[in-house]
Amino acid sequence: MSTKDDELLKELALEEYKYGFTTDIEMDIAPKGLTEDTVRLISAKKNEPEWLLEWRLKALRHFLQMDMPTWQNFEHPDVDFQDISYYAAPKAKPQLNSMDEVDPELISTFEKLGIPLNEQKVLAGVVAVDAVFDSVSVKTTFREKLKEQGVIFSSFGEAVQEHPELVRQYLGSVVPQTDNIYAALNSAVFSDGSFVYIPKGVHCPMELSTYFRINAENTGQFERTLIIADEGAYVSYLEGCTAPMRDENQLHAAVVELVALKDAEIKYSTVQNWYPGDKDGKGGIYNFVTKRGICKGDNSKISWTQVETGSAITWKYPGVILKGDHSVGEFYSVALTRNKQLADTGTKMIHLGKNTRSKIVSKGISAGVSHNSYRGLVKIGPGAENSRNFTQCDSLLIGDRCGAHTFPYIENRNKTATLEHEATTSKIGEDQLFYLTQRGIDPEKAVGLIVNGYAKEVLNQLPMEFAVEAQKLLAISLEGSVG
Amino acid sequence: MLSIKNLHASVDDKEILKGLNLEVKAGEVHAIMGPNGSGKSTLGNVLAGREAYEVTGGEVLLEGKDLLELSPEDRAREGVFLAFQYPVEIPGVSNINFLKTALNEIRAYKGLPPLEAREFLNRVKEKQKLVEFDAKLANRSLNEGFSGGEKKRNEIFQLAMLEPKLGILDETDSGLDIDALRIVARGVNQLRSQNNAFIVITHYQRLLEYIVPDFVHVLYKGRIVRSGTKELALELEEKGYDWIKDTVDAEGAA
Ligand SMILES: Nc1ncnc2c1ncn2[C@@H]1O[C@H](COP(=O)(O)OP(=O)(O)OP(=O)(O)O)[C@@H](O)[C@H]1O
Ligand SMILES: [Mg+2]
Repeated sequence: MSTKDDELLKELALEEYKYGFTTDIEMDIAPKGLTEDTVRLISAKKNEPEWLLEWRLKALRHFLQMDMPTWQNFEHPDVDFQDISYYAAPKAKPQLNSMDEVDPELISTFEKLGIPLNEQKVLAGVVAVDAVFDSVSVKTTFREKLKEQGVIFSSFGEAVQEHPELVRQYLGSVVPQTDNIYAALNSAVFSDGSFVYIPKGVHCPMELSTYFRINAENTGQFERTLIIADEGAYVSYLEGCTAPMRDENQLHAAVVELVALKDAEIKYSTVQNWYPGDKDGKGGIYNFVTKRGICKGDNSKISWTQVETGSAITWKYPGVILKGDHSVGEFYSVALTRNKQLADTGTKMIHLGKNTRSKIVSKGISAGVSHNSYRGLVKIGPGAENSRNFTQCDSLLIGDRCGAHTFPYIENRNKTATLEHEATTSKIGEDQLFYLTQRGIDPEKAVGLIVNGYAKEVLNQLPMEFAVEAQKLLAISLEGSVG
Repeated sequence: MLSIKNLHASVDDKEILKGLNLEVKAGEVHAIMGPNGSGKSTLGNVLAGREAYEVTGGEVLLEGKDLLELSPEDRAREGVFLAFQYPVEIPGVSNINFLKTALNEIRAYKGLPPLEAREFLNRVKEKQKLVEFDAKLANRSLNEGFSGGEKKRNEIFQLAMLEPKLGILDETDSGLDIDALRIVARGVNQLRSQNNAFIVITHYQRLLEYIVPDFVHVLYKGRIVRSGTKELALELEEKGYDWIKDTVDAEGAA
């Protein structure tokens, strides 16, 4: 590419992070370090039943015995697990039901992030929000309205108190404690997160959403989300996240479990915009997350959509276990990396039931000196008669110092299965950029348009309001304009 | 409107334009003809500011303003529009959204507020009708999967939407069927006014029967070597380029 384009691309690659502010609020922070006492402290703070403490301690023992994996396409950073605080909560934890009891600093923090916690301010009930600030949920909106239909939407902590039987039945049923080292860590020290239960036959009347904000220094965020859609139920769930700019790396190791019973459908969308670190790769979030759903019943469906633009390192494979016959799993992903960001992400589709179908659409975008890897596993079990997978995996390169990599794995143990895989790699062409600028469009906007066009198939999967946000985020992540 | 003096330009250090002169007044249509590889598209690209084309000498003024100083987007905002010989496809970018962005960027440059959605849509409808551009195409992704002719018509639709001062049509006629050619020509004729001008690059005299030029120029080896009225186009159609090439090459050798 020509020199002018190079300059442009450089500029684009340096666009700064606009959610990097910190909130000044009195915090209750656990001392750094990880021992059984840490786990006991967290469990006590949350007033948990004995069985849950035992469950956590078991996870901790697993964690302490596990080794770091080495198969990923980046060098695993040294994470000193003893140098992290595992619990941070705003002091005077607000009670749940009245807005007046939420600290105004927190309300204004979420407002700055574009997340209104005041129900009156929200357009007539489109989205219900659970706002998680560091380790705790500060406010869940529209709970009453949802309750009318029997929908439970609360913080994880409250669910443990109010619906222990549901939590106990499903916790760890999709992502076992021993799944991987970060899942084990999360199981031991998870602080809060969201819990959703949609009763039989209920079509959840609004989008549910959780907004995660890391604020405190030297803490990790370990939230846990559990969503259960009972027979014939439907829910669309959204998750968004940001963090302040800090020079130290911060660890985010969440676990998300989805359970879809017979004829149920869960749509889970993520717009991930954790602080990515600065242009030299200093600071940023390590986003090491385990997300998995199980289509437990026949004819159930789970669909993951993710737009990943943040984090220093993104390392996750939201997957679906297709256990029920005729069940469907989908994974739509846009992962954008720039500067020195690293992403190793993809999905796992495990076909066990008959006539199960899965679809994978992955769109990687790499700029700067970043590396973006797609890693996907499609596994067909011996009983998965006539199952089908379609995988499409595209990479877009901006500039010539970044990298795109693809690692598709297939394990097929049933001859009747049909597997299709398509992959492309392209560059933003000088001819495309010139075409748009010749029509009067600013070059940075032009790149934004091209990238959004490229990602369209995935963005289309997002609920309306989120799609607009995601489009802006993609454009802004590549533009020079700081809002 | 447009004044080109002694323009030299190269690509990859190879000189393509070698002292080109051209004066275009407001309200005029100039046709540029010439053999393959003579530098016609290069001229269009140089005027539009394409990066790979390096201007090594001469000047270009648009209404007195030094065009060569400006970035491609600012040239477009000043009113230069290039209908591409080979329009590119931009997957997933909606044609309409793209046009709205372009139009509003041009307006912002002129200090105008963005067009309201309704006004914009009215304009889309009006211009669609003018160049008989299928509404279905207008709503599709930019040129993605368009046929060759559809792409060309999209260029003219965009031209109608953006109403530039200087429209450069680079072989817009090639690839068009006879009906489409007439429609495109009619559209251009309706857009012609005392406030704009067109440079029409073509190989075929037929287009010039529909879009009647005020002047016809022959570009050969990076220079305009003959200028005349529309009769020159007829003469070329009849005799080909050899007679011009021979005289020019002889002059050069002398
Ligand atoms: N980007 C480029 N890189 C290398 N050479 C180029 C480039 N653009 C043009 N040229 C060369 O410059 C010369 C003039 O090309 P140009 O496209 O301007 O011709 P033209 O008159 O438009 O021809 P045609 O009638 O075939 O469209 C040709 O020899 C061509 O190969
Ligand atoms: Mg040409």
